[in-house]
Amino acid sequence: MPAVEPLLVLILMLNFLLLGTSRLRTAINTSAFQGAVLGGLTVLVHGGFAVRPILVGLATIAIKGVLIPLMLHRALRDAAIRREIEPYVSSVVSLLLGAVATGASVLYADRLPLAPQHRGSLLVPAALATVLVGFLILTSRRKAITQVVGYLVLENGIFMMGLTLHDAMPYLVEIGVLLDLLVAIFVIGIVMNHINREFASLDVTHLEQLKEE
Amino acid sequence: MVSEWLVVTAVVISALSGVPGLLSPRQGPARERLFTGAMTVAAVCAAVAALVALFGGTSQELSAPWPVPGGQLAIRVDAISAMFVLQIALLAGLGAWYGLAYWPQRDHPRDGRKLRVFYGAVTAGMLLLVVARNGILFLAGWEVMAASAFVLVSTEDHLPAVRDTGYLYILSTRAGTLCLFAMFALLGAAGSSAGAGADLHMDRWPAALSSPLGDAIFVLGLCGFGLKAGAMPLHVWLPSAHANAPSHVSAVMSGVLIKTGIYGLVRLTSLAPSPPAWWGYALVAVGILSGVLGVWFAIGQHDLKRLLAYHSVENIGIIFLGLGVAVLGRSLGRSDLVVLGLAGSLLHVWNHGLFKGLLFLAAGAVVHATGTRQIDRLGGLSRRMPRTSLLFLVGAVAICGLPPLNGLVSELFVYLGLFRAATSHDGMWLAGALGAPALALVGALAVACFVKVFGAVFLGEPRSADGANAHDPERPMLVPMAILAAGCAFVGLGAPVVSMALDVVVAAWIGPGARSAPALSSMAPVVWISATSAGLLVVIVLLTWWLVRRARSTAAEPAVGTWDCGYAAPSARMQYTSSSFAERLIALLAFVLRPSVHPPKLEGLFPESGSFHSHVPDTVLDRVLVPSFRLAARLLGRLRPIQHGKLHLYLLYIFGTLIVLLLWR
Repeated sequence: MPAVEPLLVLILMLNFLLLGTSRLRTAINTSAFQGAVLGGLTVLVHGGFAVRPILVGLATIAIKGVLIPLMLHRALRDAAIRREIEPYVSSVVSLLLGAVATGASVLYADRLPLAPQHRGSLLVPAALATVLVGFLILTSRRKAITQVVGYLVLENGIFMMGLTLHDAMPYLVEIGVLLDLLVAIFVIGIVMNHINREFASLDVTHLEQLKEE
Repeated sequence: MVSEWLVVTAVVISALSGVPGLLSPRQGPARERLFTGAMTVAAVCAAVAALVALFGGTSQELSAPWPVPGGQLAIRVDAISAMFVLQIALLAGLGAWYGLAYWPQRDHPRDGRKLRVFYGAVTAGMLLLVVARNGILFLAGWEVMAASAFVLVSTEDHLPAVRDTGYLYILSTRAGTLCLFAMFALLGAAGSSAGAGADLHMDRWPAALSSPLGDAIFVLGLCGFGLKAGAMPLHVWLPSAHANAPSHVSAVMSGVLIKTGIYGLVRLTSLAPSPPAWWGYALVAVGILSGVLGVWFAIGQHDLKRLLAYHSVENIGIIFLGLGVAVLGRSLGRSDLVVLGLAGSLLHVWNHGLFKGLLFLAAGAVVHATGTRQIDRLGGLSRRMPRTSLLFLVGAVAICGLPPLNGLVSELFVYLGLFRAATSHDGMWLAGALGAPALALVGALAVACFVKVFGAVFLGEPRSADGANAHDPERPMLVPMAILAAGCAFVGLGAPVVSMALDVVVAAWIGPGARSAPALSSMAPVVWISATSAGLLVVIVLLTWWLVRRARSTAAEPAVGTWDCGYAAPSARMQYTSSSFAERLIALLAFVLRPSVHPPKLEGLFPESGSFHSHVPDTVLDRVLVPSFRLAARLLGRLRPIQHGKLHLYLLYIFGTLIVLLLWR
């Protein structure tokens, strides 16, 4: 698997780009690119050019790289916002936390009881780091669209973790996860539309008003 | 193979039967006829499959791989399945015809389509689950059935009472399914530790059921299946669900849907090679409780369909009694008890489907004609709806276990089994000694209850304007009722034929390995039953004919007597009402039933006019469950502060949990 490691490094770098940017358009495009890279990664990790990995890879690229970004861009256009202003955690601190998370993942992955073929590979640390970065984005940003991006990154991490199980996990599960994701984004898109209409903004802090007394 | 494929066909057709109606925007009756036709085809397929499996001999398993963990698409129609398939086919098919006139699209443009789609789905789910040989496939059928029934119960979801009923139903059915999930998980775990593999195929269940986890599996099954069957402490959802659903849905629910719980228990106990005796005692105890309290609660009801629903609880009790006797017989090696108990139990499953289906359909005809379910607003319907009242009478006689109809036969089998248990010397005499009197009490109270219903609804004079213009329903509603009534008579008169079918089912329950059981006809006087019933029927017909002739030939009595015994101006309000008739019986058991009575305040010599009001709430629901849920809500309310509505902090909770779990060890 010669080309896998560079792709993983690319994914890690995209994580940092996501943490550092405040432009929503860039964030969406970066997550889309990360999804597309994952599609390539699927084919490479599964090794060889069998039909089913290629189908899964193509589906991944189509859904994560094209379909979901298109939906998000449309939501962005409808909401007429461009930037994430005043996140809870500033982008510099986010970058630092991301670096800590990535380093911790690499250290932590060594302690995990992994299968011999994953020992020393970057796949597990990168997956962990992506999950953590996804969570970081989810908890530290205010706009609903950035939250969706965080959710996507989190899901990318889980997807990468699933790649380590490619012998044990049927493709059905991966396809199912992809479909789930699509539906989730669809629903979130509708919810965002409602938030926007109700509060004239996509700031999720307004959702506190929905709390039941 | 034939019957398996036929059942699969029936499942597919009934699942799709309502779909064409969704695709067409038109309101015409063609789609309803298409639905009814499809349901009829499905019912005929399933019925033929069941008859082939019952009388044609061998059945072969149909299986295909299914990429779900532990799952397999395995289907087989053995004799036990066939009994239930036949019943589902009969009631679902007849209910579809009844629905043509009872719930026509032109009168119900809002919910007619929804009703038909999910009516088909519920039928498909039930058919699937009774033929499934794999636990996961069983659960799939079970959930399709339970979820579709939720939609059916809340058909008229614009009414608040119906919505409450729907919520109560879905909560109960989720609780039951939770028990079943746990049960199947244990079955898998125990099976794999016993070396039979984690696959949930039924062939592997005996190993799991005889392992140390077997008792836990049985308890979970008793809770999960008991909730669906509506056995006494678990019946809370049943009365209101049966009362608020459209009547043909009530008939299907009461007639067959709750029986799927019985099917589960019958199947589970049939696969236990040597069940401990306490399983049998537990079933008998639940049976006694359900039977006695079910009928007693029924006496206190003023809502016709709610009353019938409580009778379902009672009849489930009788079924549990029989099953308990059979399990006791199995665990103590008494094959005569197995035959009598199981035959009584399963025949009562059948019979209850026939007469309760009939009663619910007849009650539906009453509701359709008068627009009310309140017994105290009805009266005198036998003159306005003669056919319906005759059919209702047939159902009432049958459910009371009176000759010459079917209720007698199955209850007699259970009685015989209980008597044999009572006179045995190996410790189970208590079950028989308590069960037989309880069954007698149930029978007597059922007679009292149906005297009340028939007297208040069909005899006397109308109590309100609701019933004044009532008339018999159209033919699509009458014919299904007549078929069910004929079924009641058939089981009563043709007991020898029925007992032959029951022998096949009992043999399937016992399993191929054990020694063959004695025939039912060698232990119960089946020929005498049918001969006596036939003789009685002839006497009844002759007597009726003579009475009618005499009534016609004698001249009409003068309208007013000399001094009228004080009844110079009788009014409909002087009749016994349902509450006044039941008052004495309710008072006997007031410490359990807890009736709420609101008497008028009468003061002085000439008190102002007042009103009297009483009703019997469901003790388990209103005095146990609701207060305990309130308490739980109050205690758990202290955790409210962590539910602050801040999305980021919620995510942080998850994040924190994840980190903690990662660093664990």
